[in-house]
Amino acid sequence: MAAIVRAHGIHKHFGALHVLRGVDLEVAERELVFVIGPSGSGKSTLLRCLNRLEEPSGGRIEVDGIDMLDRRTDINRARQRIGMVFQSFNLYPHMTALGNVALALRQVLKLPRGEAEGRARAALERVGLADRAGHYPGQLSGGQQQRVAIARAVALEPRVMLFDEPTSALDPELVGGVLQAMRELRESGMTMVVVSHEMGFARAAADRVVFMDHGLVVEQGAPEAVFGAPREERTRAFIRQIDRH
Amino acid sequence: MSWDDFALAFFSLDILRQACPILLSGLVQTLLLSAMVVPLGLFGGVLLALLATVRSPFVRWPLMAWVDVFRSLPPLVLLIFVYAGLPFAGLEVSAWGAVAIGFFLNTGAYYGEILRAGIESVPAGQVEAARSTGLSRGQAMAWVVLPQAVRNMLPDLISNTLEVVKLTSIASVVALPELLFQARQAQSVTFNATPIVAAAVAYFVLLWPVVRLLSRLENRQLAGRR
Ligand SMILES: Nc1ncnc2c1ncn2[C@@H]1O[C@H](COP(=O)(O)OP(=O)(O)O)[C@@H](O)[C@H]1O
Ligand SMILES: [Mg+2]
Repeated sequence: MAAIVRAHGIHKHFGALHVLRGVDLEVAERELVFVIGPSGSGKSTLLRCLNRLEEPSGGRIEVDGIDMLDRRTDINRARQRIGMVFQSFNLYPHMTALGNVALALRQVLKLPRGEAEGRARAALERVGLADRAGHYPGQLSGGQQQRVAIARAVALEPRVMLFDEPTSALDPELVGGVLQAMRELRESGMTMVVVSHEMGFARAAADRVVFMDHGLVVEQGAPEAVFGAPREERTRAFIRQIDRH
Repeated sequence: MSWDDFALAFFSLDILRQACPILLSGLVQTLLLSAMVVPLGLFGGVLLALLATVRSPFVRWPLMAWVDVFRSLPPLVLLIFVYAGLPFAGLEVSAWGAVAIGFFLNTGAYYGEILRAGIESVPAGQVEAARSTGLSRGQAMAWVVLPQAVRNMLPDLISNTLEVVKLTSIASVVALPELLFQARQAQSVTFNATPIVAAAVAYFVLLWPVVRLLSRLENRQLAGRR
């Protein structure tokens, strides 16, 4: 199957700090790759390099056939194909849910207002929030905000979606709704890279689990393999620790 | 001094009537002056705030020096320097020109700092979310950052504008016939303080509504933070 994401030899330095030390990641079409690893191992940085929110210090990244690190690449156009969902939602507080979703449709895709709002409504419907279109982020629960953020990314019909700990900032009772939205997205055939500690979700939905530590991919494989019979001691230690919670 | 003498020296209706036309012309000049220097200062401020988003040290350091210099210099000194000093460099400036330059430099530096702080008060995640959906740097600034920044800094902007309007009275030192200048003229020909009192009342009437508005905004922000 064709790979949508091809990242090879990614390095990232923050000053003297060497955060990514030659990471390879390929994600096939319709695949859901789950990335786990201790805090500070470079998971967020890796995701942020994929859409170039961070500038990698070395390596090659291709997304949907586009060379992300080529200076001639129109990064704003490339980013339309890569949706991203953040741990802290990052909704625009001065816009309604509908406004949040419609902004890029209007400003980036240049759709006329009616069409943009129609598509935004459809995206909100997909995450079960059609009735909250007129609400401001401050009037929504954390779980609802995160689902709006998913709708905002999905509305652009990206080829791949990146999730950076989408449920970590949520109260436990709100996690289910977000995971449900992600499950439905997956069933619709979306290619996804998910950084998260939701092991239950990983076991149920992931095609592949990637374990990172100290800026390197230490081990990867099917969820049963990585969770059930990890080969590396570091992976074992990490999974023991996670399972205790 | 009896009460009658006092009233005559400060609140003489007769004098007020005589001074009225010249005071009114001064008031008009003050309004025109404000209508010039406030947008000019804002313009300078926007330029400085946008420059402040450039990370290069070749922009950062000169910018910081610029802002520091023009916030440190007393506006009166700056104005006199522009008006009386530039001619020595072969640059003749009119009173209006000197005021325009002086306020652009001084007021621009203050507005610039307010705008910069407002822009920086918007969390980085906001820009990242916008950029991740394909918005350009400028689009993210226009649609996501500035609307939030303006809301956060509105009280400071209004407060500074209030100061700027009051500060237009320093234009009297370069003989620009604004309200204070005219009041002083009237006072010196009538040997009476009433024109000065009238000018003070005019400033108050002009600015008090803005002061009220400012208080309400500040209270609302405090309430919002709770
Ligand atoms: N903008 C930054 N500047 C400096 N250091 C950073 C920055 N972002 C991340 N780091 C550092 O890089 C390392 C990896 O961070 P991150 O990718 O967020 O890890 P993870 O998401 O796996 O917890 C950490 O040590 C973190 O402190
Ligand atoms: Mg992280």
